Amino acid sequence: MSPTATWVAVLVGAAVVLAIKLVGHLVPEHWLAEPRVARTASLVTVALLSALVAVQAVAQGQALVADARLPALAVAAVALALRAPFVVVVVLAAATAAGLRALGMA
Amino acid sequence: MCDPVRVTDGGRDEVRAAVRQALSVSLATGLYGVSFGALSVAAGLDLAQTMALSLLMFTGGSQFAFIGVVASGGTATAAVATAGLLGVRNGLYGPQVAPLLGVRGWRRLLAAHLTIDESTAVSTAHPPGRAARAGFWWTGVGVFALWNLFTLGGALLGDALGDPRRYGLDAAAAAAFLALVWPRFSGPHARLARLVAAASVVAALATTPVLPAGVPVLLAAAIAILVGMLAPAPAPAPAPAPAPEPAPEPEPAPAPDRPPASGPPGHPPAGGTAEGGHP
Repeated sequence: MSPTATWVAVLVGAAVVLAIKLVGHLVPEHWLAEPRVARTASLVTVALLSALVAVQAVAQGQALVADARLPALAVAAVALALRAPFVVVVVLAAATAAGLRALGMA
Repeated sequence: MCDPVRVTDGGRDEVRAAVRQALSVSLATGLYGVSFGALSVAAGLDLAQTMALSLLMFTGGSQFAFIGVVASGGTATAAVATAGLLGVRNGLYGPQVAPLLGVRGWRRLLAAHLTIDESTAVSTAHPPGRAARAGFWWTGVGVFALWNLFTLGGALLGDALGDPRRYGLDAAAAAAFLALVWPRFSGPHARLARLVAAASVVAALATTPVLPAGVPVLLAAAIAILVGMLAPAPAPAPAPAPAPEPAPEPEPAPAPDRPPASGPPGHPPAGGTAEGGHP
């Protein structure tokens, strides 16, 4: 993305996100009370985040590669299972990948 | 949802408890801003663009998703669509906090901008009235201030580091998303959530080699919409409460969101203790 395209995306994206927040403050409550709507919104969040985990962990451009990111993600999962705080999880993953790369892993 | 009628004028202790929780949630969420700033610069955004996201978009989940799509080489459209879809839950928080705040005009716009996982969670965890309002505004303003301050610090740090891979920042991005979604696997609709997550991972990876960057992630959202609307009716609706997400969101996530114990970053501590809550 060119710097200009990135700026346009940043500003349009911010406007879209704010518009969604504002709609929530303006619509009648019952419109959003339908259980299916709430469930779907929650599942969309799960789907997007899960797909982002997968893509960030193994995609390199359009190729799928297994490198130091995978063991780092495994360490993050263990830390999460042990209820480590967010920042600790992120730092452990980065340290794992950095360490493995320092040892010569891709 | 809170009953707007049952407005008690919370005692001073309740207000103080709300403010205290707001401050600790703000600090936890703010710290998480460091990783956003560093990852954003690593994804190829410059300092000004990174700050614009934290100042103007201001919701952790959407911001992380945005830079994730940019980092993978996705188009501007894909970045905007992904950020927007992840911001949908903020729209569901509005009906919960608007009756508690009762504001109009520019204050309503400001309240909307500050409606994120954390402010909603803290606000709704306290009795309607002064305590709930204090919880919302102190958390919203506190997270906003610290999130932006720490984003700036993270971006400057990321700039100084150079090659992001050498420091494992690419793996940190994957871990950040995992931490954001983690609490959702034990929240409401946990079984369906795991199913959707598995399908999303498979679909995204299977299509990465053949679809333009950013599109595989959107495909996952389409799967979720289908499942969400077609699966058997959900049990009595758990209020679309600030799901325990990472907040600093994030969110319920995060951004700014989360469950008490295994609170994801950004989860508003339900109940009383904000300790360990993430933005």
